[in-house]
Parts: sequence; C-alpha cells; structure tokens
Amino acid sequence: MFQFINTLLIGITSGAIYALMALAIVLVWRSTRVINFAQAGQALASTYFGYQALQYIDSFWIALIIAMAGGAILSALIEVIFMRILLKHTTSGAIAGVAPIIATLGLLEIIRTLVTLKWGGADVIVKAPLSNTGFSIGSNTLVFSPMKLAIIAVVTVLLLVFSVIFQKTSIGLSLRASAFSPELARLAGIRVDRIRTLGWAFSGATGAVAGLLLVTNGNGSLSPASLEFSLLLISGFIAAVIGGLESLLGSVVGGVALGIITAFVLMYISDSLFFIAPFVVLLLVLFIRPQGVLGKKGGRRA
Amino acid sequence: MSLEVRNLTVNHGAITALSDISFTVPEGELVAIIGANGAGKSTLLRTLSGLKDASHGTATWKGHNLLSGKAETHVRQGVAHVSEGMSVIPELTVEENLDLGAIWRRNKSEAATTKAEVFDLFPRLQERINQSADTLSGGERQMLAIGRAMMSKPQLLLLDEPSLGLAPLLVKQIFDAISNISRQYGLSVVLVEQNAMGALKIASSGIVLNLGRVAMTGTSQELISDPAVQAAYLGY
Repeated sequence: MFQFINTLLIGITSGAIYALMALAIVLVWRSTRVINFAQAGQALASTYFGYQALQYIDSFWIALIIAMAGGAILSALIEVIFMRILLKHTTSGAIAGVAPIIATLGLLEIIRTLVTLKWGGADVIVKAPLSNTGFSIGSNTLVFSPMKLAIIAVVTVLLLVFSVIFQKTSIGLSLRASAFSPELARLAGIRVDRIRTLGWAFSGATGAVAGLLLVTNGNGSLSPASLEFSLLLISGFIAAVIGGLESLLGSVVGGVALGIITAFVLMYISDSLFFIAPFVVLLLVLFIRPQGVLGKKGGRRA
Repeated sequence: MSLEVRNLTVNHGAITALSDISFTVPEGELVAIIGANGAGKSTLLRTLSGLKDASHGTATWKGHNLLSGKAETHVRQGVAHVSEGMSVIPELTVEENLDLGAIWRRNKSEAATTKAEVFDLFPRLQERINQSADTLSGGERQMLAIGRAMMSKPQLLLLDEPSLGLAPLLVKQIFDAISNISRQYGLSVVLVEQNAMGALKIASSGIVLNLGRVAMTGTSQELISDPAVQAAYLGY
C-alpha cells in the first residue's frame, strides 16, 4: 500500500510536467497545425532564462515568471519570423504540410547551439526552492516531497488560469474560434494572425514552466545536451496524442495518465523499460483509440 | 448608403470565376443573386467580404473600396457575411457563437442589447443557449449563423445559400426571417440562392449570373415573369 501511494504520487508529479508540455504542443498545433519540435529547445532556453534570473534574485518563483515571459517572447518571435513566412510560401505541393515541421527540427538545433554558446556546455545547477526530501509517514519516508507537492500546485494553478482565460474571456473565445475556424474568425473581425502569435506565446510560457519544473523535480542539474528535454518533448507529444491533440483538457488527462502509467511500470515491472514505456502507451492508444481518449471520432479537418 | 460594384473580375488561378460584374444594391433593399452551381455566386460574396482577392474592379460601400480591405476589417464597416453551409463553429456553444459575432465591438452593453434582439428574432436560440452548436438541427444552425451576423450590427448583410439543405417548411421560415430582418433594420442584403423562386419572392430586384457573367438583371417581378428565367431557374 505504501509503495502504491508513493508510486502514484511520483507518477502524478511527472505527469503534471508532461501535461504542461502536452498543453504547449496542443496550443501550437491548434493555432498553426504544426507539431513544434523546437518546443524542447524553447523549454531549454527558457529554463536557462530562469537560471540566469536566479543569479540576480533569490526568489525561484519570480525567476519562474521571468522564464515564462522570456519563453513567451521567444515563442512569439519564432511564429512571426519563421512560421508566418514558411506557411505563406509553402502552400502547395508535397512540401506544404512538412516544411514547417522540418523547420522546427532545425530550430531545435539552432536554439540548443545558441544556448551552449551563451551558457556553455557544462552542467549548471538550478536550486529547488523547496526541499526534495520526501515526507515521512511514521517510520517510512516517501519519495513525494514538498517540491513535488509544489509542482502539482503550480501546474494546477496554471491550468485553472488557462481554463478561465479560454472559457471566460473574449481573448479565449478568439483563440478557440481562430483554432476551430480561421475563416469564420476573420469574418467576425478577429485578427487571426495576431491571435496565432498569442497562441504561440502562451505555448512558450507553458513550456518554460515545464522546463524549470522538470529540472527542479530532478537533481537540479541543467545542460544543453540534457536528454531530459528531448524526453520531455516526446512525453508531451505522446500525452497530447493520448488526449486527442485538439483538446486542452485532453492533453492534461493524457499527461497525468502517462506519468502514472510510466511510474507504475518502472516500480512494478522493470526500470529498464523507462525509455520504451511511453512508446508502448502511444502505440496502444493509436491501435485502440487513434482519435485520442477524449478526441471525437472522425475528427476535424486538419 | 448603397453598395456599388463596378467591373468586378475575379480569377481562380488561370480560370476566370467572375468577369466584369456590375450592379448596385440600394440602401435598405434586398437583392437576390441567382444562378446555377458554378455561376460564381459564392465567389462574388467571398470577394465582397474580403476572403478572396479581386483581379479588377471596385466595390464601394460607405466610401470604402471593399476590394482593397481585409475580411477582419470589413465587419467594422458594417458588412456581415454568412458563408455557405451553416456558418457556425460546431465546437462552441450557441451563446459563444453569438458572442463571436460581437467580439470586435467595444461596447459590451450594446452588444448585450443586440443579443436580446437576436433572441427575440429566434427564440429557439435562447432555449439552446448553452448547448454546443453541433447539437442543433439544420434550421437552428442557420438561425444561429444569421444571428451571429446580426450580432455585429451590420448594415450590409451578405447571405450565401441560407436555404441549402433545409426542409421546405424551414426554407420558408428562413426566407421570412431574412425578409423581416431586412425591413425591420433597414438592412441592405445580398442574397445568393439556388432556390431562385424563394429568393426572388422576398427580393426587390434580382441578378442572374451565368458562368461568371451577369446574364440578366431586373426587378423581382420582371425576372419571375420572364420566360427564359422561368425555364432555366424557376422550374416551369
């Protein structure tokens, strides 16, 4: 029982981080129909923004907000400078749907290189604001720690803020309308180009939180070559697919589900399955329910 | 305030979709544009609302050339376009679809007044206010599409085949509603229809498009009694 609860809590914590990455991927997918591989690089760079901020200030939480702002600006710039032009110039032929996605792979490497040039290739440490020592129950010590609890709290707050923005404000209505039907959105007077940039900015800010929380959930070490960010991207993508790739709620459900499943596989089956467990989940979802757990059958036009 | 279209030519790549079209929609009048599939009717509306670029010509409304602006600015000039095939967003609720129509309006209390007027016009929409639009019947969706357009407080309404896919009884209801709206608000309306008889009955004048050209113009009465129009479009 103790081990079960421990595993569940670990799973929920990493699942919450996957959920943020999935959300970042879905926000871009919905606004631009691009799977943005550069998201891993953007999260990496944003985490370094947070690291840099921590050199001048003490508060991790203010550094987190600075990282979000930096991530949002970086993401908006990528949309305005690269995506807008690529999408305009590749409207027909076999390359049309593919060019922007390949371009994001290129961007991923460019960002990684720039980060290495700026901050060097060696590990730096982002100090967690709270203890990573687990809570104790009687004589047993959980892996679940105050930091992990804070991660779940941050993600929950962020999701609540997002859902208020999306469901209750006219900015949110503009974002949803532009995602579902750009043409009707334009006819309603929405400047869809700007809304698209805003969608990317939200995505960048979300990815920044995912990056910083990922590092502080681990041992705090950060380096441009870190495999963790690539894994974060893959987990986020798989979580987004589980959720149906369209749905914001679905990506959250997908992320948490993936985190829990992976944690249980590692604990109860074998930790050598760490790298392949998410892929097995992806394949199962694609076989059994390709539209995603919360996706609708038939789906929408792409 | 009338809509003046002069020498409008629109190309789809190498194909000419509309060629040298000229017509006038006087203020507060309802003009029907009829013609077969592929005559260029939808292209005409899409060009007027800024979704498609024109190759040549002018379309003047309130001193602005509609052909040089973008769709997202036209709505601010009082132009609303209900595009072909139930132009609502199925993922949004009825109320969100309506709010979308007024999203550019700064004065939200005025927008709320307009919403109340739309509900007076289509009480069915108020009953379904929180339902997602994809649960609506075809007729209700068309009401919602027109309601959404009304939410922008338009002075020029461009309607693309509002009767498409509706049962005969509903077709009559929708045409009646369009006619009422036009009279009640003094709206200028461009009504594109394949249901030529239904459209001409509520229009003051009509334009027959054939393969991208104006084949005939006249008052609705003239067109309804014209033997060539009867044979080609009214099914006599």
